[in-house]
Amino acid sequence: MIDEIIEEEISPPAEPGFWKESWYQLTRNRAAMAGLVIIAVFALMAIFAPLVAPKDPLIQTISARLTAPFTDGYILGTDDLGRDLLSRIIYGGRISLIIGVVSVGISLVLGVVLGITAGYFGGWVDRVIMRIIDIMLAFPYILLTIVIVAILGPSLMNAMVAIGISQMPRYARVIRASVLAEREQDYVLAERSLGTNNLELMFRTILPNALSTTIVQATLGVGEAILSSAGLSFLGLGAQPPTPEWGLMIASSKQFITSAWWVVTLPGIAILLAVLGFNLLGDGLRDILDPRLRD
Amino acid sequence: MLKFILKRLVLLIPTLLGVITLVFFMIALAPGDPARVMLGERANAEQLAQLRSELGLDQPLSKQYLLYIGRVLRGDLGKSIVTQQKITDELSARLPATIELAITATIFASILGIVLGVAAARRRNSWVDYSTMTGSLVGVSMPVFWLALVLIMIFSVGLDLLPTGGRMDVRLYFKPITNYYLIDGIIMWFREGNSDYFVSALKHIILPTVALGTIPLAIIARTTRSNMLDVLNQDYVKTARAAGVPEGKVVFRYALRNALLPVITVIGIQFGMLLSGAILTETIFAWPGIGKWIYHSIGARDFPAVQGGILFISFFFVVINLVVDLLYSVINPRIRLK
Amino acid sequence: MTDTATAAAATRTGELLGIDNLSVSFHTRRGVVKAVRNLNLNIREGETLALVGESGCGKSVTAHAITRLVPMPPGVIESGIIRFRGTDLLSLPEKEMRALRGSKISMIFQEPMTSLNPVFTVGAQIAEVFITHEKLGKKEAFARAAELLNLVKIPDPVKRAKSYPHQLSGGMRQRAMIAMALASPEPGLMIADEPTTALDVTIQAQILQLLSELKERVGMALLLITHDMGVVAETADRVAVMYAGRKVEDAPVVDLFANPRHPYTAGLLGCQCSAPSNRNAARLTSINGSVPDLLTLGEGCPFANRCDNVKDECMESFPDISKAGEEHEFRCHNPIPGPGASI
Repeated sequence: MIDEIIEEEISPPAEPGFWKESWYQLTRNRAAMAGLVIIAVFALMAIFAPLVAPKDPLIQTISARLTAPFTDGYILGTDDLGRDLLSRIIYGGRISLIIGVVSVGISLVLGVVLGITAGYFGGWVDRVIMRIIDIMLAFPYILLTIVIVAILGPSLMNAMVAIGISQMPRYARVIRASVLAEREQDYVLAERSLGTNNLELMFRTILPNALSTTIVQATLGVGEAILSSAGLSFLGLGAQPPTPEWGLMIASSKQFITSAWWVVTLPGIAILLAVLGFNLLGDGLRDILDPRLRD
Repeated sequence: MLKFILKRLVLLIPTLLGVITLVFFMIALAPGDPARVMLGERANAEQLAQLRSELGLDQPLSKQYLLYIGRVLRGDLGKSIVTQQKITDELSARLPATIELAITATIFASILGIVLGVAAARRRNSWVDYSTMTGSLVGVSMPVFWLALVLIMIFSVGLDLLPTGGRMDVRLYFKPITNYYLIDGIIMWFREGNSDYFVSALKHIILPTVALGTIPLAIIARTTRSNMLDVLNQDYVKTARAAGVPEGKVVFRYALRNALLPVITVIGIQFGMLLSGAILTETIFAWPGIGKWIYHSIGARDFPAVQGGILFISFFFVVINLVVDLLYSVINPRIRLK
Repeated sequence: MTDTATAAAATRTGELLGIDNLSVSFHTRRGVVKAVRNLNLNIREGETLALVGESGCGKSVTAHAITRLVPMPPGVIESGIIRFRGTDLLSLPEKEMRALRGSKISMIFQEPMTSLNPVFTVGAQIAEVFITHEKLGKKEAFARAAELLNLVKIPDPVKRAKSYPHQLSGGMRQRAMIAMALASPEPGLMIADEPTTALDVTIQAQILQLLSELKERVGMALLLITHDMGVVAETADRVAVMYAGRKVEDAPVVDLFANPRHPYTAGLLGCQCSAPSNRNAARLTSINGSVPDLLTLGEGCPFANRCDNVKDECMESFPDISKAGEEHEFRCHNPIPGPGASI
C-alpha cells in the first residue's frame, strides 16, 4: 500500500500526448527549467553576439591591459592584451555551444549508425563493433580524445571530431540495446514480411524507441563536450589563439592569477554555468523521460 | 571463482591489443611526416632520415605495426626524443607521484562523498540533501583546471596558507626514499624526530587532492545517495526495523553495506580516471607525475613519449577496472558463491 | 473510555491487541490519501485474526501502524489508540517501541525473496534479533538461530544458517523469515503480511501448516493479512474485512463464511447470495468496477459504486455498526439478509 502510493507519485501513468505531457512535467521541474533558462540565455547571446558584445573580441588595446572589472567602461575588465573580457566571453559562448552541438551531432550520427548496424545484423558484425566499442571504453575518456587529436593534429575542428568519437560508445550501446529488444517484436517481423525496406524500417520503427534515453544522453553530452573542449584547448590541443575559446582564455592568462583574478575566474564561471545548464536540463529530462534511470 | 578470474584475464588480451593498436596509429596515421612534425621546420634531411629509421617510420605500415607490438610486449616503449631516456624509466620515476596523488584524491572523495551521500539520503528533501545535490551538480560541471587555479588563487595567493605547486619545500633538501613523499615524511619523522618533511609533503598535496578529487566526490556523493535511498526502501530494511534493530545499526550496518556495493565500483573507476585526469591537475600544480610529463611531451611534440605515456596509463586503467570487477565479486556474496 | 476502563475491558476479554478509531493518511504531492479510516480491531491472546481485503485497502498500513513503521513523512497517524496488553503503542517512546518490535510483536512479509538482507547469512540475521533484544554474544545467538531454523523445519539447520538468502528456495526463505520472527523468548503477536502470496501452492500449504503449529506451540496470536479467502478458511479464528480504508465486516470465521452480511464480503467469498432485488440472477464471483481512488473518496460508503445493493443513503453516509450476533459486526445500509430473515 505504502509502496503503491509512493510508486504512483514517482511514475505517473503514461498518457497519450507523451511529448505534451513531458513538456508539462518539464515546466514543473524547477531545476530543469533553470537549466533551460541558462541555456537559452547563452544561446541568445551566442546568436546575437555582434549586437550584444560591447566591443570586438579580438581588438587589442595595449594601453588598457588587465583593466579591472567595472572600470573605464569595461564591464568585466580586460585581459593581458587589453581585449574586452565580456565580449570575449560572449563570443566564447558561440564557440562553446557550436562545439557542444557539433560534437554531440558527430557522436549521434556515428552511434546511431553503428548501434543500428550492430543490433540489426547481429552475428560477427555485432561482435566486431562491440569489440571496438569495448576497446574505446577501455581508454579513460580524456586520454581517448587526446589520442585522437594527436592523430588528427591540434585544431578546434579536430577537437570536436575527437570528442564526438569519444562519446560515441554510449549512444551506440543505447541504440543497439533497443534495436535488440525491438527486433523480435511482432510489428517489426510483420513489416519485414511485407517487404519494407530494411533501412527505412530501422529508422522509422526502432529509432523512436531509443529516443528518450538518447535525448537525455545527448543533453548531458553537450555539457560534457563543452568541458572536454575547454580542457583540450587548455592543453593547447583545441582552439588556437586568438580564438576567444573559454578554456584557451584561461590557459593564456593563468600566469596573471596573482595580479588579475578576473582573467581566470570569469571565463571559468562561464564554462561552469553553461555546463551546469545542460546538466540541470539533462537530469530533469532523465527524471521525466526515463524514470528507470532515476537517481 | 578461479574460472571467472581466468575468463576475465583472457578477455583482457583483445582489449589490450586494441589499446596498443589505437596508440600505434596515433603516430602512424598522423597527418604529414611525423619526423618533420617532431623535429620542426629547421631539421635537415639527414636528421629526418635518422629519426625515421630510429622510429622505424621507413618500414611499411604492417611491419611497423608488428614491430611495435613486439616491442611493447617485451616491455620496451622506446626512447624519448627530448631526453633520449628510455620511456619506461621516465614513467617509473614519475609513477609514485601520480599514484600518491590519485590515492589521496580517491580517499578524500570517497570519505566525504559517502558521508554526504548517506546524510542526504537519510534526510531526503532537507537542506543537507539539497545542498549536497546542488553542490555535486556544480562539482561535475566545473573544469578541473579552472578549479585548480581558483584554489591556488584563494589558498596560496590570497591567504598564503598552502604552496602553489611541487611536492616538497625545496629548502628542506629532501632526498626521496620510497618516492611516496607522505610515507617518506613519516619515515623521516620516526628516523630523525623531525616532522617538517611530512608537514611539507602534506601541505603540498592538499590543493591538488581537492582539485583532483572534486569530480569523483560529486559522483560518489550522488551514487551513494541514490543507492542509499534505494536500499532504505528495500524489504529487508523493513525486516530489520520490524525486528527492533536500532536505527543507527539499520542504516550503517544493514543498509550501507548494500548501498556501498555499487559505490565501490564507482570509486574504482574514478581511481582509474584520476590517474589519467591528472594531466591537467598535475600540470597546474607542477606535480612531477606522469600527467605533467605527458603534457610537456605533447608541447614538445615528443610523440614516442606521449604514445608511451598514454599506453601505460591506459594499461593501468584497464587493469584497475579488472581489479575493481574482481573485488566487487569478492565482496558481493551473490556473485561470490555462484 | 477512561484508561482504567480500557484496561479492565482488556482483561475481561483477554485482549492482546486493541485498535480504537485508528486513522492513517499519506500526504502526497497529489493530495491526502486516507489509507485507514476510523478502524476498530481487536485480537485476543492466542487467536488468529485474518485481515482481509484487496490490495490498497489499508490492511498493510494497519500492520505498519501497529509496529509504528509507517514511513513519516509522508504518512501521518491522524487519530486512534493501539493498545498492546494495555499499553498504548502510539504514545510509547521510540526506544521502548523498538524493544517490543521483534520480541513481543514481530512481523513477516510477503516477499521472502527481498525481505532478507542479501549480504548477510540467514543465521546472522536471525542472530541479530537475539543480540538486539537479549544481548546475547555472537556465538550463542548464532546457535540459537540454528535451533530456530530447526524449529521451522529447515533440514540441516547448522549448515543452512551459514547460507546466504539467495542460496535458499522461496519456501525456505519464508521459513527463515518465520524463524526470525520467532527469535524471542515470548512472542506475543506475529503479524504475517501476505506470507504465502509469493510462494507456489504446495509450499503455501506447508507454510500455513507451520504457522498454525508454531502458534499453538509458542502460544502467540497471529494477525494474518491476506486477500486469499482459502488461506483464511484454513487458518483464521476470526476475520475482519477491509475495503478502501474502512472495516466493513468482522466475524468469527464460521459465521462469516456461512453468513456474510456485507455485499463486499459476499463478493470476496464469491457466493451468489446477493441483494433481494436480483437474487435470482445466477451471477458468479467477480465484483464489478474497481477500488475507488482514495484521494477523492467522499463521506458515503466507499463500496457504493460497485455494490449491487446500493441505495440512495449509501452515497451520503457511511453506515454505523450493526450486530448480527455476539461477535459479528458489519457496516452496511442494505445488508444481505441473515439466516433468520424471511424472504
